[in-house]
Amino acid sequence: MARVIRRMAGQLVERERDPTSLLLLGIRTRGLPLAERIADEIARMEATRPAIGVLDITLYRDDLSTIGPQPVVRGSELPGPIEGRLVVLCDDVLYTGRTVRAALDELRDYGRPRAVRLAVLIDRGHRELPIQADIVGKTIATARDELVEVAFTGTDGHDHVRVLAPRKPR
Amino acid sequence: MSDPPRWQHKDLLGIATLEAAEIELILDTAESFLEVAIRPVKKVPTLRGKSVINLFFEPSTRTRSSFELAEKRLSADSLNISASTSALVKGESLVDTARNLQAMAPDLIIIRHQHPGVPHMLAGRVDAGVINAGDGAHEHPTQALLDALTIRRHKGRIAGLRIAIVGDIEHSRVVRSDLHLLNKLGAEVTLAGPHSMMPAAAEALGARISYGLDEALEGVDVVMMLRTQIERHDRALVPSARDYFRIFGLTAARLARAADDVIVMHPGPMNRGVEIASEVADGAASVILEQVANGVAVRMAVLYLLTAAGGGS
Repeated sequence: MARVIRRMAGQLVERERDPTSLLLLGIRTRGLPLAERIADEIARMEATRPAIGVLDITLYRDDLSTIGPQPVVRGSELPGPIEGRLVVLCDDVLYTGRTVRAALDELRDYGRPRAVRLAVLIDRGHRELPIQADIVGKTIATARDELVEVAFTGTDGHDHVRVLAPRKPR
Repeated sequence: MSDPPRWQHKDLLGIATLEAAEIELILDTAESFLEVAIRPVKKVPTLRGKSVINLFFEPSTRTRSSFELAEKRLSADSLNISASTSALVKGESLVDTARNLQAMAPDLIIIRHQHPGVPHMLAGRVDAGVINAGDGAHEHPTQALLDALTIRRHKGRIAGLRIAIVGDIEHSRVVRSDLHLLNKLGAEVTLAGPHSMMPAAAEALGARISYGLDEALEGVDVVMMLRTQIERHDRALVPSARDYFRIFGLTAARLARAADDVIVMHPGPMNRGVEIASEVADGAASVILEQVANGVAVRMAVLYLLTAAGGGS
């Protein structure tokens, strides 16, 4: 995984050139460790480490009235205004695209970035909205009912990506 | 990893029936909502398309506007009904009012009423989630929650803190809710006030009772002042506002008995020179205006948590 993240960081720097204008926003929960790891790699390549923030998209979900008890809100933390910045949304897994749609809606309430890119570690397909990532670590084929589990050293003790069989109904 | 606690109730009628973990869930959620108030766009789409009725049978400016702002910041549609304009003055019974409200299919109803138990009665008759915004001298749960949030943000915890609640204990709904909450979260509470403002069975409330302000303030981490409503009572509970201030008014000299990092709270509206001196109300220890800001966040959290488990959808 370390090599994959290094390649993603390299692609980002090559594409956007000026790493000082970058603002990496991790989508809670596993988007944040990914954003941090990409920032670490950029810091190693360039003289500067890009700014980091975290987005909690819970309040912007489109399924709040259908999913039973309300999910826990943990809040967003941005390091400063996003006006004119080059925002890179980071998430561990890209699936239906609904999370990214919610994140774009939330960003609009914070201001008007110069541009927004999307970086994901895993693209597992099955999009329900016209959303694609700009930078992808790895594309894997999955069935809809499978689960993709991503763990990062910083938060989970080790790096791994696992495709889990559907949970059997009890 | 253990599952985070989830909210399971249709209504919020009081603190008495909540578990400590549920109180913490509301406070944690409110903590996240504080951030919305400092955004360029102070609004999130979370309750878009939900209707909320603010039903106030008693005059209220700050609680009602705090709820209203919370509703607007969550994008809910709200409707205000107040006693002076409602059919209740034309003799409609509460049950009929409840039926009419039910027919409008709201998702949430916020209610304040002068009689204890009215929110509970309403909750049993409507599908909407009901939030008690004060019922007589019974409960005022969102006030207690915003008090707790304010304390937690300053002290980092509630367990083990020494807290004095001072003033008209008998007639305060804020005291009932605060006491339930602070006891559940493990604070040591002292209630202080003149004999005439202390309920007959004060000891049964589960707090230390004190009839002297100086004694009650000794070493405390938090002082919660109550509004003294001398004008409300038919019989005079204290001879005059000036006498009250002399005996129970919080001055800087008296506050010096408390811990060095004491915070002073007041649910508002304040009577300067009656229960609190201006030097304290405007002093460094005062967190009274933070309580107002925290109130909006707490009400957003409650509205958010109740819309899924309860009403409408």
